[in-house]
Amino acid sequence: MTSEATVLNSTPEQLKAARQARYSPGQSAHQFSLYLYPLLALALLLLVNLLLDPQFFSLQWQDGRLYGPLIDIVNRSAPVALLAIGMSLVIATGGIDLSVGAVMAICGAVCANLLLLGDWSIPAVIGLAVLTGLACGLVNGLMVSYLGIQPIVATLVLMVAGRGVAQLLNQGQIVTFQNPDFAALGSGSFLGLPVPVWLVLLALLIMQLLLRRTALGLFIEAVGCNAKASRYLGIDDRGIKLTVYLLAGGCAALAGIIATADIQGSDANNAGLWLELDAILAVVIGGAALTGGRFSLPRAVIGVLIIQALSTTIVVSGLPAKFNLLIKALVILLVLMLQSELFRHQLKSLFSFGKLRGGKV
Amino acid sequence: MSDQINTAAQPLLQLRQINKNFPGVKALQQAQLSLYAGEVHALLGENGAGKSTLVKVMTGVLQKDGGELLLGSKALSFATPKDAQQVGISTVYQEVNLLPNLSVAHNLFLGSEPKRFGLIDKKAMAHQARQLLSTFGLDINVTAPLSEFSVAVQQLVAIARGVAPKRGAACTKVLVLDEPTASLDADEVQTLFQVLRQLKQQGVAIVFITHFLDQVYQISDRITVMRNGCFVGEYHTASLNKAELIAAMLGKELCQQRHQTPCLVVEQSESILTARQLSSGQSVQQLDLDLPAGQAVGLAGLLGSGRTEICRLLFGLDQADGGTLSFAGKAIKLSNPAQAIALGIALCPEDRKTQGMIAALSIRENISLALQAKQGWWRVLSKKKQQQLADFYIEKLQIATPDAEKPIGQLSGGNQQKVILARWLAVEPQLLLLDEPTRGIDIGAHAEILQLIRQLCQQGMSLLVTSSELEELTAFSSKIVVMRDRKKVAELSGEDLNSDRIMAAIAGASV
Repeated sequence: MTSEATVLNSTPEQLKAARQARYSPGQSAHQFSLYLYPLLALALLLLVNLLLDPQFFSLQWQDGRLYGPLIDIVNRSAPVALLAIGMSLVIATGGIDLSVGAVMAICGAVCANLLLLGDWSIPAVIGLAVLTGLACGLVNGLMVSYLGIQPIVATLVLMVAGRGVAQLLNQGQIVTFQNPDFAALGSGSFLGLPVPVWLVLLALLIMQLLLRRTALGLFIEAVGCNAKASRYLGIDDRGIKLTVYLLAGGCAALAGIIATADIQGSDANNAGLWLELDAILAVVIGGAALTGGRFSLPRAVIGVLIIQALSTTIVVSGLPAKFNLLIKALVILLVLMLQSELFRHQLKSLFSFGKLRGGKV
Repeated sequence: MSDQINTAAQPLLQLRQINKNFPGVKALQQAQLSLYAGEVHALLGENGAGKSTLVKVMTGVLQKDGGELLLGSKALSFATPKDAQQVGISTVYQEVNLLPNLSVAHNLFLGSEPKRFGLIDKKAMAHQARQLLSTFGLDINVTAPLSEFSVAVQQLVAIARGVAPKRGAACTKVLVLDEPTASLDADEVQTLFQVLRQLKQQGVAIVFITHFLDQVYQISDRITVMRNGCFVGEYHTASLNKAELIAAMLGKELCQQRHQTPCLVVEQSESILTARQLSSGQSVQQLDLDLPAGQAVGLAGLLGSGRTEICRLLFGLDQADGGTLSFAGKAIKLSNPAQAIALGIALCPEDRKTQGMIAALSIRENISLALQAKQGWWRVLSKKKQQQLADFYIEKLQIATPDAEKPIGQLSGGNQQKVILARWLAVEPQLLLLDEPTRGIDIGAHAEILQLIRQLCQQGMSLLVTSSELEELTAFSSKIVVMRDRKKVAELSGEDLNSDRIMAAIAGASV
């Protein structure tokens, strides 16, 4: 970063020359460092797995699809990855959506009950489930942007009530169904990869196009940084906030469809339970600030992979299951600390201090 | 006019050449203040003049970047507010920050309660509280919760707390009151003033910050005026009349700009915007306004006179509830900024930090956002187009930055303001509203922005510019509208367009 003093002391010509000299490299270097730490953490986790299990990177081709621990991680990440994509946008506006896990349960219940009725085509079932998710997002969005309720409170309402709605839809039972075509959405494969992975890639692609090929992404970031200034700019800040909750609801619906198809049933009590917290964590691991501003969907997805790889590592390591949650918390704390510039700075000064002392002694 | 004070006695507290910088803003430049024991010293200036920052440096809330602070003849440096309290400097802030649910007595001694066997001695506390308050002529039930009393009493309790002896600290020598009368009615103000006179007799030096000039003349002995983070002058209240005081607050500088002709003196220019009897609640009352096309109109008045409110109203941020507004010959009704922008009206807001810049985004993004918002989210400006736009304005406005990708928050105040201006120029508005465009920026950028305003009206843009600096307004305006108490009180042009006339209009009949 060029210091203020150099900027102030330079002539306009020097500054112009400097501008022309470094057009985009400055930015790509910045981008690189944003990806560096999440990717480093992921690579480290995978390496630990490889040390624990030499077969960890092996892939087998069976019945027209790939199998292996890596595929497993990616496949299991799918529902949370979808949630994290939506959550990224909500967090970018400075909000939070606690209801996505419950929305998964509602949409799963809608799918299971429609399939049980039998006379609905699969596209219609999917369509209705997504509409349900969007409706949930609409409720959240209206509460946050037009009623002015704090996001954490507004979405807490649906987090609690939503699971109740799902239980009502299922009439307190676990609703199971037999539908191989629908089940393929959760456990099938396409071109060698599990269908959920394709769904995540598709959602990621569509969202990236929607956000970055239009100005929507920029507006979301602007509203997240400074909603008041955005309104002064002529950006409809309320509309933007409503939109992100809608998109989060849609993403949660897709996640709910995958989860339901995977187990061929809807369990209103457990579907998507606590997954909103994993999604929020993934977004934070991806380097986003909860106060809003810049977001990156790919980085959030890397965050999800880190969480999932970690869960797998704990299983592979053979530690008793009772250690799982604690170890997960500790490793994630470490990842977050590594991302903190302040912590890295302190770490650096600690080491250089050690060197200094070592040198003298 | 500035009769500098030569008092033989040594000042109790002196602040000399205090500098304080925030990212992008020079909040204080060579600011100074000297306080004598037993005086009420008014600290005056428009919003953003640096009064609060100076007080915060004095009370240890902020650390100074340069200069010195002398108590008697001892140089001091405060790391925390507690350090300042230790040597006897107390502050009562604008909002009463006491605990309404606790008793009056408890509020007075919070943190230094009289103890007995390690427990709070309520009896002793109530007794001491009664004693303390009686010195203020206040006889109330000190065991009742604070919330049961009027704001005035709460304010007095806050002051009493400020001067109450604290364990391990020197007794109060300096008391800072930041807008203590803002929420008081006339009688309550008098009660407060009586207390201040008492404290004065006890030898306390009182710093009194207020926007009410009448109160300054009632209570203060001396006045220090600040403007734009700088010290303007120190005066005896008795020998400074109100017009001179306003002149000091609003400034008589920029003389080199003075003799330049205003933009374009077209005798009969068509109006781009016409308001008739335009009102908005209490904030703007029955405003008649004509803005001629291709000219800059100045909007003058003290803080709170309705200047900013007019800008907000014309930009659709506030809604009119009476009167008519027409723009470019058509009657319009504005309910949000997007509508105003679509019509060709732009506003560069007063508070750059909270209303203008989007600090984490780059210069490129900040410049292109308004144009992008006008086009709608689906018609995206390509990155290349944004880059061209940014480069064009960086060049044109001489924005000092190594590249357009730097976050705007890292620029200096003047350059931030240029980026915000560039954002609106990119939209090519017909009418540009500038609310305090030169506040808090360095003198170089200041001159450049004035130059730009002149250039813009030569290119046919119409401008409405609000400023507290009258000389600045006379430098480019073809007409100046003067506001007082939310009403238009004068419209000056031609011969009448000079700062003396403006000041007379601002001060009104009360001079």
